[in-house]
Amino acid sequence: MSKHLISDSSEWSFPLLERFDQEIARLAHGVYGLDTYANQIEVISSEQMIDAYSSVGLPINYQHWSFGKQFVATEQTYRRGQMGLAYEIVINSDPCIAYLMEENTLPMQALVIAHACYGHNSFFKGNYLFRTWTSADAIIDYLVFARKYIAQCEERYGQEEVELLLDSCHALMNHGVDRYKRPAPLSMAEEQRRQRERETYLQSQINDLWRTIPLVDETEDDQKSSRWPEEPQENLLYFIEKNAPLLEPWQREVVRIVRRISQYFYPQRQTQVMNEGWACFWHYTLMNDLYDEGLVSDGFMIEFLQSHTSVVFQPPFDAPYYNGINPYALGFAMMRDIRRICESPTAEDREWFPEIVGGDWKKVLDFAMRNFKDESFIAQYLSPALMREFHLFAVRDDDHQENLEVTAIHEEQGYRALRRALAEQYNLGSREPNIQVFNVDRRGDRSMTLRHFAHHRRPLGDSVDEMLRHLRRLWGFTVRLETVDDAGRVQLIGEL
Amino acid sequence: MSHFIDRRLNGKKKSTVNRQRFLKRYKTQLKRAVADAVNQRSITDLDSGEKVGIPSRDISEPVFHHGKGGIRDMVHPGNRDFLTGDQIRRPEGGGEGSGQGKAGQGGQGDDDFIFELSREEFMDLLFEDLALPNLVRNQLLGTTEFKSVRAGYATDGSPSNIDVVRSLKGAIARRTAIGAPWRTRIRELEAEIAVLLSSGVVEDDPRLCVLREEIDRLKTRIAALPFIDTFDLRYQSFVKQPEPTSKAVMVCIMDVSGSMDQARKNLAKRFFILLYLFLQRNYEKIDVVFIRHHTIAQEVDEQEFFYSRETGGTVVSSALNLAHDILRERYDPGIWNIYAAQASDGDNWDSDSSICRDILIDQLMPLMRYFAYVEITPRQHQSLWYSYQEVMAAHEHFAMQEIDGADDIFPVFRELFRRKEV
Repeated sequence: MSKHLISDSSEWSFPLLERFDQEIARLAHGVYGLDTYANQIEVISSEQMIDAYSSVGLPINYQHWSFGKQFVATEQTYRRGQMGLAYEIVINSDPCIAYLMEENTLPMQALVIAHACYGHNSFFKGNYLFRTWTSADAIIDYLVFARKYIAQCEERYGQEEVELLLDSCHALMNHGVDRYKRPAPLSMAEEQRRQRERETYLQSQINDLWRTIPLVDETEDDQKSSRWPEEPQENLLYFIEKNAPLLEPWQREVVRIVRRISQYFYPQRQTQVMNEGWACFWHYTLMNDLYDEGLVSDGFMIEFLQSHTSVVFQPPFDAPYYNGINPYALGFAMMRDIRRICESPTAEDREWFPEIVGGDWKKVLDFAMRNFKDESFIAQYLSPALMREFHLFAVRDDDHQENLEVTAIHEEQGYRALRRALAEQYNLGSREPNIQVFNVDRRGDRSMTLRHFAHHRRPLGDSVDEMLRHLRRLWGFTVRLETVDDAGRVQLIGEL
Repeated sequence: MSHFIDRRLNGKKKSTVNRQRFLKRYKTQLKRAVADAVNQRSITDLDSGEKVGIPSRDISEPVFHHGKGGIRDMVHPGNRDFLTGDQIRRPEGGGEGSGQGKAGQGGQGDDDFIFELSREEFMDLLFEDLALPNLVRNQLLGTTEFKSVRAGYATDGSPSNIDVVRSLKGAIARRTAIGAPWRTRIRELEAEIAVLLSSGVVEDDPRLCVLREEIDRLKTRIAALPFIDTFDLRYQSFVKQPEPTSKAVMVCIMDVSGSMDQARKNLAKRFFILLYLFLQRNYEKIDVVFIRHHTIAQEVDEQEFFYSRETGGTVVSSALNLAHDILRERYDPGIWNIYAAQASDGDNWDSDSSICRDILIDQLMPLMRYFAYVEITPRQHQSLWYSYQEVMAAHEHFAMQEIDGADDIFPVFRELFRRKEV
C-alpha cells in the first residue's frame, strides 16, 4: 500500500473532501491550466436534493405550482427507487455553487468535485454562450429579487392572478430569447432601481397601440409600413413585455422576470453535449492522474470507473432503454477523440483535421470549449473514427413516404451527411418551432398575428389551442396563429 | 479557493408551499381520485395517506412543440446491418422513428401522474364540502373553559415560570457588553507592559506597578459584575383564551340479527368509520357508544360490536330505548353534541316499527344534532323504512339513505352530510 494514499476508506469527511479538493485543484489549475470561478461546495441530504431539483436546479426561486408538481413527481419516483438522484447539481454562479449529496461515498464525492467544481465550472467561465448570456456574479441576487418581487405581487394582487400570469409566461419561456442581441448584465440593486423607474415611466408612456393623436405624416407612414412590427419578432415574451396594451406595470415586470430566467438557461440548452463531455473528460483525466500519482487506491479507482462507465454508456438504438443519443457519451467521446487526434493522428485525421493534428491538445480543447455550441462543435469536430465507433446512421422520416429511409451510414460517402444531420439535430432553431410576431393591427382591433415557419413541413403539436389561450391572456386582444410552409403559402391554424 | 459548507441541517421542506399550491390547483381531480380510493380501500387503513393519480394530460404545461408529420432527419447509434438507401418499415406508435424528446412527451401522455397524499391532505379532500348539520358549540352558561396558550416571553411573572436558558443568555450578553470596555483596556495595558518589559525595564519599576495595579482594579470590577441580575430574568408568558367546549358523542346502532351477515356488517362498519373520522375533524373530544341489538339491545365495545355474531329476531325499539337511557344518564345535551347513526337491513317486527317511530319523534330526536339511518338491503323496503319516513317528515335533522354495495357508501355518506345552503 502506498504511503501517499489520501484515504483507504470509502467514508467521506470534511477534512478528506478538502484534501481531495486541494489535490484536484493543484492538477486542474497547475498542470492543465483550467480557469474556474471560486468554488462553494455544499453538502446536502437527499431530501434537499429533491428540493433543489424541483426548482429547476436553482438554489432559490419564486413560488409556483409547477415546481410543486416537479417536487411531487421527483419525490415519488425516488421513493419507489425508479430513479437515482443525480450525484450533484452545479449552479452557474460566481462563486460556483455545487451540491454534493451526503449519501455519496468518498470516490463519488471526489468524482463530483472534479466533474462539477472543475469541469462544469471552467466551462461556465470559458464558453462564449455563457459569457454572453449569463451573469454568473449576479444570478443569485437576481433570483432573490425575483422571489421577493413575485411574493409582493401575490400579496398585492392575489395569488391566483399572479399564478395565471406565470402560467402563461412559462408556456412561452422558450420564446423569450433574443438570439442575436447581447443582453445587458444583471444585478439586483440595479434591477430594483430600474424596475421602479420602469414602472413609473411605462405608465406615463403612451403605448404605441393606444396612440390616437394622429401624426402629421400619418398617411405617408401608412403607405410605407403597412405592417408593425416592421421586422418579425422572435422574442415573444420581450415583445409582449414591451407592447401588450393591457398589461399593468407589475405584470410587465413578471413577464420580464420569467424572460430573464429563461435567458439564463438558454446557453445550457445549447451546450449539453459539450458541457457534459467537457466535465466528464476532466473528471476522467483528473481521477486517472490521482491514481497515477498513487494518491488513491485500486478499490477507489474501480468504484470510480464503475460509475464513470455507466454515465458515459451509449445503448444502441434497438435497446429497450434507448432514449436518444446520450450527451455524456457523445461529449466525452468527442473530447477524448480531439485529444487523440492531437497526440496520435491517423492518415484519415490528417486529411480531416489538418489544423489540429499534432497541436497541443490542451490548447485545442480549450479553444473548442470556449468558442462552440453543440451544433457547431459537432459540425466541426465529429471525426469519421468516432462515427464508426458509435455506428451512427441517419434516418429520414417523411410522412409522404411509406417507409423510413436510411440516408447515410458510417462509411466514406456518408460521413459528411451524417455529421451534418447530427449537428442539425442539436440546432435549437430546428428543434423548436420557429414562431414569430408577424403583425399587430394597430389601427384596427389590435389583434396580433403570429407566424409559424414550418421547416420541412413539420406541423405544430396539439398544444396550439392551449397556447393561444395563454397568448391571448397576455396580449389581451385577438391572437391569430398562421403557418407558413416551405413554399411560402400561409394558412390560418388558430384564432382566439 | 474552495469553500465547503455543511447544509445538511438546513430546512428540508423548501418545496412545501409549491406542493400545496399544486394540490390546491388540482383539487377537483384529486377529489375524484380520493373518492375512488375510499371505495377501493379496506376499512382498517382508511386513516392513513393515499396514493392518488391525476391524468397527466390534465396537468401538462403546454409549450409550442412540433407535432407528427413532415420530414425529419434523425441520427441514431448502434447500426449493425443498415446500408445507405435501405427502407425501414415505420415503427408503430412512437418508437425510434419519431425521435427523442418530443416522442417521449407524446408517448407518455395518458399515464396517470401518481403521488402520495399525507393523511391530513387526504382527509381534507375526503371531507371537503361536507358539514356537520346543526353544528353548535355547546356551552354551559358561565362555565367557559380556558386554555393556556404560550405567548412568548415576559419580563415579569411568577418565579415558577422563569425560563432559565433565556435568562442566562441575557445575563451572558449583559456581562459581555458591560465588561467589554474594561477588557479592552486590560488588553491595552498588558500590551504596554509587554512593551516596557521588552525594552529592558526591571520588574519593580514604578511604571509597571502602576499598570499592574490598574489591571487588578479592572479585573476586580469585571469580577464584581453580578452573575445574574433581575434585569436578565425572563418569564414564560401564558395567556388564557376562552374556549367553547366542543365535545361530541356518537351513538352507533347496528342490527346484528341473523339476517345481517358479515358482508353487510362490513358495509355498516365502513359507514361508521367514515362518520367517526368526520366527527374527529370537527370535535376535539369524541365519545363513541356502540349499541348492538337483535331482540335485546346491549352496549358493547368496538371489537364485539363489529365482529361477534348473534342470531335471532329483530326488535329495533330495544336499541332506541337503550340509547335514550344512556344519553339521559351520561350525556347531557347541554354539554354534548349528540350524533347517532343506525345501520340495519330493515328487518323488524312489524308491530315494533311504529313504536320506533314514536320513540324517535318524541324522545330521541329532541336530543340529537343529527340522526342518520342507512339501510343495507338490496331488497324491497319493509315497515321500518316507511315508519322512518314519517320521522323524517317530522324532524329535519333526521336523514335516511339506502346502501346497495360498497360503492354506495361514500356517495351516500356525502349525500347525508352535504353542506346545505341555508
